[in-house]
Amino acid sequence: MKPTEGSASNKLNFVPSACRYRRKPDGKDEKTWYRRECCEGQIEFMNALYSELQWLPRAPKDFFASLKALADVPEHLGRDLQALATHFLDINQLTCIARIIDKARADRKSLAPLVPFRLAVLTNSTFDMVIPALVATATRHGIDLEIIQPSYDQVAQEALAPDSKVNTSKPDAVLFALDYRALPLKLSLNDPDGSAATIGGVLGYLQSLGDGIKANSSAVCIFSTFAPPVEPLFGSLDRALPGTRRYLLDSINRELAAFTLKSGDVLFDVAALAETVGLADWHNAQLWNMGKIAVSDELIPLYADHIGRIVAALRGKSRKALILDLDNTVWGGVIGDDGLDGIQIAQGDACGEAHLAVQRLALELRERGIVLAVCSKNTDQVAREPFLKHPEMLLKLDHFAVFQANWNDKATNIQAIADELALGIDSVVFLDDNPVERGLIRKLLPQVAVPELPEEPAFYARTLAATGYFEAIAFAEEDLKRAGFYQDNARRLSLQNQVGGVDAYLASLEMTITFQPFDATGRARIVQLINKSNQYNLTTRRYTDPEVRAAEEDPDVFTLQVRLSDVFGDNGMISVIICRPGAPGTWEVDTWLMSCRVLGRKVEHMILRELLAQARAANIHTINGVYKPTEKNKLVIDHYQKLGFTRIHEEPSGLTRWEIATNGPGPESTPMKVVRVGFPELAVEVTQ
Amino acid sequence: MDETSVYERLTTVFHSVFGDESIQLTPETSAKDIDGWDSLTHIRLILTVEKAFRVKFTTSEIGKLSNLRDLVALIHAKL
Repeated sequence: MKPTEGSASNKLNFVPSACRYRRKPDGKDEKTWYRRECCEGQIEFMNALYSELQWLPRAPKDFFASLKALADVPEHLGRDLQALATHFLDINQLTCIARIIDKARADRKSLAPLVPFRLAVLTNSTFDMVIPALVATATRHGIDLEIIQPSYDQVAQEALAPDSKVNTSKPDAVLFALDYRALPLKLSLNDPDGSAATIGGVLGYLQSLGDGIKANSSAVCIFSTFAPPVEPLFGSLDRALPGTRRYLLDSINRELAAFTLKSGDVLFDVAALAETVGLADWHNAQLWNMGKIAVSDELIPLYADHIGRIVAALRGKSRKALILDLDNTVWGGVIGDDGLDGIQIAQGDACGEAHLAVQRLALELRERGIVLAVCSKNTDQVAREPFLKHPEMLLKLDHFAVFQANWNDKATNIQAIADELALGIDSVVFLDDNPVERGLIRKLLPQVAVPELPEEPAFYARTLAATGYFEAIAFAEEDLKRAGFYQDNARRLSLQNQVGGVDAYLASLEMTITFQPFDATGRARIVQLINKSNQYNLTTRRYTDPEVRAAEEDPDVFTLQVRLSDVFGDNGMISVIICRPGAPGTWEVDTWLMSCRVLGRKVEHMILRELLAQARAANIHTINGVYKPTEKNKLVIDHYQKLGFTRIHEEPSGLTRWEIATNGPGPESTPMKVVRVGFPELAVEVTQ
Repeated sequence: MDETSVYERLTTVFHSVFGDESIQLTPETSAKDIDGWDSLTHIRLILTVEKAFRVKFTTSEIGKLSNLRDLVALIHAKL
């Protein structure tokens, strides 16, 4: 929310350097002001990655319309709930969704394919605001969650009495959501024996609660660690001196963790979560005083998501495979354009370090049993080169079970990878810096987890780690062996079945293509593209700035600079065309190059339509094309064939010549808006 | 911020908090007029109002609210 326009009477002072960036649904970043002025006039913030679950896409603009749509197809309610919940939702939105779930349960509607789970909660705090958030958030993790909550603050009675509500309702798990104020903490400053007694007493108490549950049902016990209060007594000494509250809680948390590892209970490390966002944001004294609310309202969606992860892990739904994009994800830059020397992956280079962090995290995940695969839009040989030859790469080919680098759509590739690994599509996490690719996978393979990434690559690794998609509640030796089980031979899969819907998705991108002749403003970029494009380049002719200018000024030479924008933003100049006069009435395509980033979107088809129209207007009856093979441009060997040209000549070197009549129908139009700048009105209409 | 804008923004807040787009506010509106407006929802409502207007209320100020007129007056005092 930005300051209201014209709020002259607004006495809040906004410090410009203290804004946050929030990703809007269209992928653009917007400055948001995360501040409240509290009564003393201070400004508060929260780290938005966590408080807004920024790895999730933003909620649909018209949330109420989405809620109404949930009722449309009752058989899909469970699936649609999960889809809606796979966005960041605030406490009010989560509460609305919980209401719908409660009503569906009351009406005995099925929530399949969500998996049922009954969770009892024992707490000394007011949990009523958390429960709807939990129920709604659980659908994000594929869980149909029912909460059993006994009457307020009856923790011991409920855990120990065989006929308690919790014990008779036979939950699947019991969450001990105790806050530190529930513990019998006796401060005993500088008294190690007293401290040990207190700590032992607390552990004994917690253990007896667990024993009570286990004696009466087969419920799993989930023990929460304790978020310490913010207020120190001494300062740094609080941690070191036995018997301070900090010292006691540190010890209790550590011993509780060790206990759960031995006992086979589950640990929910609330202390770590609270420290990640900041204890000062986690605790809200005013909320505790008003209603014994133990977690700040703004962090309840995050808290609920963490519980959702644990429940999902208990149902075996933790994800098992990480599929990585390459360009600008695993290294900075585009290998096909920048080459081995141009990609950024070096230590000591700011951009390189960011991507190394992603590689390091991927490697560590692999070492704990997560399977790695690659899905990249690149020529296979080009994509593999850095892994084989670049000295700074941490990831090597034998870290990957599957290595898919081709020009097919990523949905088809990812489905093939999941099939090959015999893992459900809901086991997969896909990391890609490109919002267009992320949107495609979310649309066509909604069960794949696709984290949103911030604009700054330095935060990619942290964002992936924050998602919790690989949450584990236990560690087995087999996990260490899992990656090896999948045979890390970076195999290449042939693609059999295309995933449908790609064209419809592309149509939804609201693409605008802009055609302009060469001009002074575009010249620097035109020269850059001419000199650095290697893959999608038909003739690989290199021109200097004066030569480009000469083409621009020559009235007989037809030039095009092509720009593409879509709902995610402006891709800038992505194609350059030069046509020179050949025999009378013909044009020769001297240069046709395109950025690989926009391959698969039928840009080249729209360009040909434009060329044909412009040619007709210039009384040209035939356009001739030539393909000059190089080491790097095999990609475009059948570019002209796909566009409907006829091959007229082939040489032993592999050079081919092509022609097309300008009065033919040309390629079909695609749903792209066409804008022309700097051309006189075309005498002949572009055939629709 | 003028009175109309405050009511407009408050109406949006009520719609979000209660999940009901049909709610219409008058100065006399109070907890007995809206289903589900219990003490815990009241806290959620106040928190949402604080975020929507970028203001903060003290516990004692919240305790003195009895109807919408009071809330609007309190918001004005903080803006």
